[in-house]
Amino acid sequence: MTNPYHVVVCASVVPDPLQTLEPITGPSGPALKNEMMLPAILDPWASHALYEGANLVKHIAGSKLWLVSMAPKAKLQQVMMTVAQKVPLQLVAVDGPSSGFADAHQTAHALAAAIRAIAGIDLSRLLLFGGWESASRSAGVTLQLIGEELGIVDQFQGVDAITPQEDGSFEVLERVEGARHQVSLCAGPPAVLGWATGNLGEPRNDPQVGMANMRTIMPALQRATVASISADGMRYSNVATPKQQRQTRIVKELPAEDIAREIVQWITQE
Amino acid sequence: MDTILFLAQTEEDGTLGKPALEALGAAVELTQALSGTLVAALYGAKAQPAADAIANCGASRFLAVAGEDFASARYATDAAACEALLRAAQATIVITAATSRSSRVMAGVTHRVGGCVDTHVSAIAADSASVTLTRWFYRQRIEASLTRTQRPWVLLLDPGAHAAWQGQGASGPVAPELIAVPVTESMRRTAVRGTITPPVDQQTIRPDAKLLFVAGAGWTKKQKDGQTHVPEAETLIVDFLHKSKASLGSSKSLVELTGENQSALRFMSHLNQVGQTGATPRHPKGLSTCCHGEEPHTVGWRFIGERRAINLDPNCGWARGKADVLYVADAFEVMSKVNALLGS
Repeated sequence: MTNPYHVVVCASVVPDPLQTLEPITGPSGPALKNEMMLPAILDPWASHALYEGANLVKHIAGSKLWLVSMAPKAKLQQVMMTVAQKVPLQLVAVDGPSSGFADAHQTAHALAAAIRAIAGIDLSRLLLFGGWESASRSAGVTLQLIGEELGIVDQFQGVDAITPQEDGSFEVLERVEGARHQVSLCAGPPAVLGWATGNLGEPRNDPQVGMANMRTIMPALQRATVASISADGMRYSNVATPKQQRQTRIVKELPAEDIAREIVQWITQE
Repeated sequence: MDTILFLAQTEEDGTLGKPALEALGAAVELTQALSGTLVAALYGAKAQPAADAIANCGASRFLAVAGEDFASARYATDAAACEALLRAAQATIVITAATSRSSRVMAGVTHRVGGCVDTHVSAIAADSASVTLTRWFYRQRIEASLTRTQRPWVLLLDPGAHAAWQGQGASGPVAPELIAVPVTESMRRTAVRGTITPPVDQQTIRPDAKLLFVAGAGWTKKQKDGQTHVPEAETLIVDFLHKSKASLGSSKSLVELTGENQSALRFMSHLNQVGQTGATPRHPKGLSTCCHGEEPHTVGWRFIGERRAINLDPNCGWARGKADVLYVADAFEVMSKVNALLGS
């Protein structure tokens, strides 16, 4: 049977997608207006990674799951109230910025240090999970950088499935161009998997799981290490939301035949 | 003086894909703006056909890592090849296309050479003193320009963001400097077995299509007769895609209905999803149908040129101010007539 995995899921905290975002210039560079007041969620693609990781741990005896997250501690606590009810996890909190404008290299360095410091982790059994891109920086580089810091050279991005094999290897499906999936067979951990949506739905809230998790989450938040991220040679300019507003022509009470004719003419013209 | 490295993977036949030629176009332009030196570097199973095709791009050196070990998109070998090429070129700025293959490795490569990386670059501007890039944050909701002092600076240019290099004059053969990259057993722990491609009749995502057709959850809702008409919706959409050769996008809600085995469109998957948690494709035109308006959806067609929408709600937030034309009509009726016209 497959050997147990030590699954670490890296997930940031991002503003709820339904919120309107307005950039401002803060003391340390660009930021979001009322950033601390905006309702936040666990990053969507990283959430999928968490659900997939929890599913893997559930089915392979002896496996463990940690959620490593860097965000302002108060914001992280608020988000964990919901996340804690989804799947059993052990939180490793890093108190630092979750802004999309924060430098990915320093963020990755802080997260790698937090992973190395996890008590009882076996880095040779490590499956490092996360979203293939965040909904904040949207760069898709942090996991790769952490992987390199930890010396992991089997990395996969845009993952939609992992299938453990009897001999300890696992098959991975990664999204590539043209709506295709690349199929790879990896000899085993350690590996980095940046998840796309995977195949699992969002688990229902389970208050019992929530209560069990909160016993360890609150102490983890109190123990959170502080990470300071500097601009380090990076300078922003022209941070803005797109102002493009189109003059929409509203076509009412036109027969379907005429609309169809207009659409066909439009899509067939060069 | 800056050394600009154009870095690209070669395709199976040894040629360069369109995104790579776009990156080359940007690299040539940047080299001219900075009065710098251009170096071209290629990796893959074969590099000679690509090198010959861009022989007159103005590069002062051509570098290559070639061989069967570098044919597949595997992190360990791709990262080793790119690292070797970056070190050999001694570049200050690296420009490569943001393909799935390069996006998988370039951040790791940057870490190895002590540089910095920016992905999803949509524009690069330069004067004699500095380079500024533009990219989107918060999933295409905030646009920012930034510059960095750290070098080497690796830039991954999004496909469709720059005109492809066309080349001037006749191409000729060129002999790239072959860089040797030892491949150890530990770099072969992952074996790429191939790709899974949807059957031709189910292939609904077409990145090169001129039109993006976006289907919203409205297709699965009760229509004016009080009933749902999902099979009819499926037929209409598939027929339209077949006739128009459009690419299919979807809202998150419609995709998730499919995943939950509710009455939904069977051919829809998360790969079709556009918006906040999906793709942001680039197509010249976009037609949305039965979508309701929220900011995450509008994000999905940030890079669509001409936009039209069909919706029963004249105040639809998805379309108003975002589309050029909003047809207030029943999409079932309109699309069946569109299909009839396209078929005639």
